[in-house]
Amino acid sequence: MSAPRGRRRVVRRAALCCAGLALAVVVLAPYAVMVCTALKPEGELRTTPPRLTPVEWRPGNFLEVLGDPSFQTWLRASLVVALTSTTIVVLAATPAAYYTARHRFPGRSAFLLIVLITQMFSPTALVVGLYRQFVELGLVDTYTALILTNAAFNLAFAVWILRAFFAAIPREIEEAAAVDGCGRLRTLVRVVLPLSLPAIVTAVIFAFIAAWNEYIVALTLMTDPARKPLTVGITSYVTAYVQHWNYLFAASVIAIVPVVVLFALIERHLVGGLTAGSVK
Amino acid sequence: MGRWQALLWLGPSLALIAAVVVYPAVALVRASLSRYSITGLYQGSVGAANYARLLEQEALATVVANTVIWVAAIVVLTVVASLGLAQLLNEDFPGRRLVRWALIVPWAASLIMTSKLFVWLYDYYFGILNHVLISLRLVAAPVDWLGNDATVMAAMIAVGIFVSLPFTTYVVLAGLSSIPGEVYEAARVDGASPWRTYRSMTLPLLRPALLVAVVLNVIYVFNSFPIVWTLNDRNPGFAHDTMITYMYKIAFKSSLRDVGLAAALGVVNVLVILIAVVLYVRIISWREAEA
Repeated sequence: MSAPRGRRRVVRRAALCCAGLALAVVVLAPYAVMVCTALKPEGELRTTPPRLTPVEWRPGNFLEVLGDPSFQTWLRASLVVALTSTTIVVLAATPAAYYTARHRFPGRSAFLLIVLITQMFSPTALVVGLYRQFVELGLVDTYTALILTNAAFNLAFAVWILRAFFAAIPREIEEAAAVDGCGRLRTLVRVVLPLSLPAIVTAVIFAFIAAWNEYIVALTLMTDPARKPLTVGITSYVTAYVQHWNYLFAASVIAIVPVVVLFALIERHLVGGLTAGSVK
Repeated sequence: MGRWQALLWLGPSLALIAAVVVYPAVALVRASLSRYSITGLYQGSVGAANYARLLEQEALATVVANTVIWVAAIVVLTVVASLGLAQLLNEDFPGRRLVRWALIVPWAASLIMTSKLFVWLYDYYFGILNHVLISLRLVAAPVDWLGNDATVMAAMIAVGIFVSLPFTTYVVLAGLSSIPGEVYEAARVDGASPWRTYRSMTLPLLRPALLVAVVLNVIYVFNSFPIVWTLNDRNPGFAHDTMITYMYKIAFKSSLRDVGLAAALGVVNVLVILIAVVLYVRIISWREAEA
């Protein structure tokens, strides 16, 4: 009785393993082409029939991209925008998440609904309005415009993640701190935040990646080549006049690998933050 | 007193939302009622004239039809595929973690970079897709995926599904893991076949997660810009544009440079999303009421 059942289990596991492997191959295959193309010398980009792997492997492409002053400018712009907007997200979301997690007050659900609506509206639908606004304010071609836009639209995720975490911290811990004479802000900073590190890390990583990958607002507002972020800048490797697909993909690999690693770290918390607590 | 205190704690968030969500929304509506020169100078109010002109645009019917196809095809196919993928990833097998990580890549990667990658894969002469399909004898001659009117929409939809699968699968997976094991235990005791258990137990219990996945995907896919913008780049006119890329072209790219007209379409787009948001809010509270 147990022997065939054991064998069935082994067969089942093997089948699942194969299916999983097939899925991983299908998902990763396009990115394998990206990596292989990034490693090809210019002369091998246009061969018929096309080859997946380079004949001559050329990791030097990566060094050339990293050494390209334009690439360095785009990288700096992306880092400045992503880091600053992430800082603003955490500074703005933390008090809001804490207060709504701990207090019932008139306007609380209205506030949460507004936050939810901002999450549903990517800047895409509002891009014409954003453009008019930043023209009127004289902020076209400034990091400020990109930083503010990213901060506002990535706020919601941070509010949901932090709120859920704060709500799960036992009140007794905070009451003990209050007895020890801590004010509300001090309790938040000294007691609650250190306990909430995982939620803060999740919020930080999400906001960073979202700003890092933002495209449409940067495309619209940043016309000055010296201020374009990576997503917009690297497209100039392939235009109607030049076709450096190897550089485009080397730059893409450099931009994608760190965020995939960061994303994998917060994988478990993503669904909760993106579906606003509707799926447990 | 309490109200002022709340304002203090929520203030930074509210200020940010007011400055960068509400203000541009107002600017959008205002622009839709105004006329601008081709260089973007304000030339006065025109009432609802931009909306009337929008309805007269020859491309509008095509663009709306494209948008419906784009959203419906991606959302339906993604959700159906995700049901299978989530079922697989819900099982315990060696290497499951690695497969989950692989699935993260198209989700984490910048959409514009993935779109450029697919332009390269679809390339008529040098793209590996044609080479593979010919080697497998699935097509006789190379296909100009992004240049042929018959294939470009399908090619873009395939990319849309590819990048929507991870999020959707993760939502379904979260739904699956919330189903208590006793449910399956009871079904087994009753001698129900796996397919029957799935149809009459799992699927109904997944309903809330699926509704959330559908509505959020409708919003994301409707709002999607980089894929159509990049893959449809070579084709002149608006034959394969969605309401989002059409709006963008009117505002910033075509010889029209017509901010007022683009803003009118922008307002329509915002209203479409608002309808989906209202649906979403109702689904969530419907769940809370049920729980």
